[in-house]
Amino acid sequence: MYTAVRGGAVAIQHAEDLIEQEVHGAHDPIATRQVQAQLPLLLDQVMGEGSLYDPALGAVAVRQAAGDPMEAGFLLRAYRTTLPRLGYSVAASSRSMRVVRRISSAFRDIPGGQLLGLTRDYGQRLVDLRLLEDADAPGSHGAAQDDVLANGSSPADDSGADESPQFPLVIDFLRDEGMLAARPEQPSEDEPFDVTREPVRYPAPRSARLQILARGETGAMLGMSYAGMRGYGAGGHGTIAELRQGALPIEITHPVTGRPARIGWLPVTECHFVAGGEATLRSPRADYSMGYGVVTGRNERKAISMAQLDMGLKRGAGSGNLLDDQEFVLSHIEPVDAMGFVEHLKLPHYVTFQSSMQRSARLRALTNAARNQAHEAAGAHSH
Amino acid sequence: MTTVHGLIEAREMTFTGYSYALIDDMAKREIRRALLKAVAVPGHQIPFGSREMPIARGWGTGGLQVTLSLLGPGDVVKVIDQGDDAGVNASNLRRLVEQMTGLDTTGATSEASVIQSRHRIPDERLNERQILVLQVPNPEPLRAVERSVAQAALMHAEQDYARMWLALYEDVVRRGEVSRGAGYPVMVNHRYVMTPSPIPRWDVPKLHQADALYLFGAGREKRVYAVPPHTDVVPLAFEDYPFHVEHFDGHACASCGSTSSYLEASPTDDGGLRYRCSDTAYCERVREGKETVQW
Repeated sequence: MYTAVRGGAVAIQHAEDLIEQEVHGAHDPIATRQVQAQLPLLLDQVMGEGSLYDPALGAVAVRQAAGDPMEAGFLLRAYRTTLPRLGYSVAASSRSMRVVRRISSAFRDIPGGQLLGLTRDYGQRLVDLRLLEDADAPGSHGAAQDDVLANGSSPADDSGADESPQFPLVIDFLRDEGMLAARPEQPSEDEPFDVTREPVRYPAPRSARLQILARGETGAMLGMSYAGMRGYGAGGHGTIAELRQGALPIEITHPVTGRPARIGWLPVTECHFVAGGEATLRSPRADYSMGYGVVTGRNERKAISMAQLDMGLKRGAGSGNLLDDQEFVLSHIEPVDAMGFVEHLKLPHYVTFQSSMQRSARLRALTNAARNQAHEAAGAHSH
Repeated sequence: MTTVHGLIEAREMTFTGYSYALIDDMAKREIRRALLKAVAVPGHQIPFGSREMPIARGWGTGGLQVTLSLLGPGDVVKVIDQGDDAGVNASNLRRLVEQMTGLDTTGATSEASVIQSRHRIPDERLNERQILVLQVPNPEPLRAVERSVAQAALMHAEQDYARMWLALYEDVVRRGEVSRGAGYPVMVNHRYVMTPSPIPRWDVPKLHQADALYLFGAGREKRVYAVPPHTDVVPLAFEDYPFHVEHFDGHACASCGSTSSYLEASPTDDGGLRYRCSDTAYCERVREGKETVQW
């Protein structure tokens, strides 16, 4: 029963009992470590949208939300509110990434080589019916993935990490060739704008844009990016100069020595999306520009969507297309805002509905009265 | 008489429960009927009920549906991606075709009866017994000037290409030439403006008055279209700004030495560029000293 006034507390208690039964009363409950080990992509999406990289908490959120990624991300966002902001890391460069996957759609051969790594891209989406029977059987416990991406656990032997090969960036080649604008000498802002601490005003600084995109909802971003590719935005088709997955060393400035000190590794997916057409006869300049995407964990769909949307926001400013408009894109990919407001439609609106119904009834009375009046006037005429 | 059951038996695969060539027979018939229409009206986009395939949309599902609806006993299939037989996507599609039909596949262009390709027409000349199936991401050449599919269809029906010509003209004003790279728009049979799929301009002349049949499949956008043999296909251009194919400044393929094939440049470790044939089957043939018939 959906009763807002009386018995509300009791109804809520019943709903909570049902949740308790769903989450904890399962016949064969899954452990949070199983979520971490076996649903890593769901977990990465939840932590990315939840804007909190903590695999243990993320796994709890996934379980508690019964697998609803937005609800789970929401739980992490709410938990985030309880945490202090202690400081910022030093800007990390993906030149120092420990790479586990790296592809370029622009060139067949790239310095350092393409590294396909773990991907479902070239598999066939045929339902594996063996899993129906094997569901309860113990699987082969092969080490499928470099530990660096296994839910962000730090490399066991931290000392060896520095020896892993570092890959040059494909965009460095495009920059050297003068096809892509050179890297700015200085970052445009000293400290990033923090959208979790300050309200955004438009036009938003680049760090705010990237932060909102990195926290955005995967599905919403995918949809907008797809529309942008189909002619509804300036981001267009473009080309992935490079897409890489790996772990970034996170450094902070040591409070005593003042030198950078590594505090851990963060698994990320990064996308460099480039498109030509910037230069004209009258304004010769680098013809290509870049859209940038980076998200925590493994989520290529979102990293690419982010880079494609970033391209549209840069390139299409003032075009009039909704998908090139910061306010439109950045406001509506925000998962907590979007799910909250759309789903608030479930809340009682008895008072407002009553008020609007009275207006409708009043209008009907007025139109009826007018009609009757016209009718009478016509009747009088005919006599 | 050949029956579907017989074909399934003959493919000797463990994929029980899957139809011959994956797609169910009624769907194949529908696709073939759409293809017949497409051949009858060259360059005109024919809608079809594109099915979900076991590979992702945008990765060749349109081409794959066309290919699978055509295949039968005796066919030899070649699959290339960017000219490369060994590319990951080509390998995956080829694997699926093999599993679902049991047919022989080949890398040799001249041996194939059906060639599925993404973004290239082979550098070896195709003959009248061959069908080239091109994967198409966006079948609508007017998309850049009109994003509504319904409006674009109307423009095609009325042969109203004014905005297309205007866009090409604006390009000349801004950049000194029609700066379209791949997917250069063409006029087919003096009637329909068509996108040849994102093949390089190098390949566009191969569509004109060719011996082979070209079929185009766009799975996500649910369209097929065709260029039948011996059809006029003319790139859109101005008399004073004519159409040009890509040029390679006299560079030769680093593997086979060819200067008459489409080359791809890749950055090298020392910051330079290395050129190689995009069509790996052609490159191999040249290296082996075999005769090649070029366009």
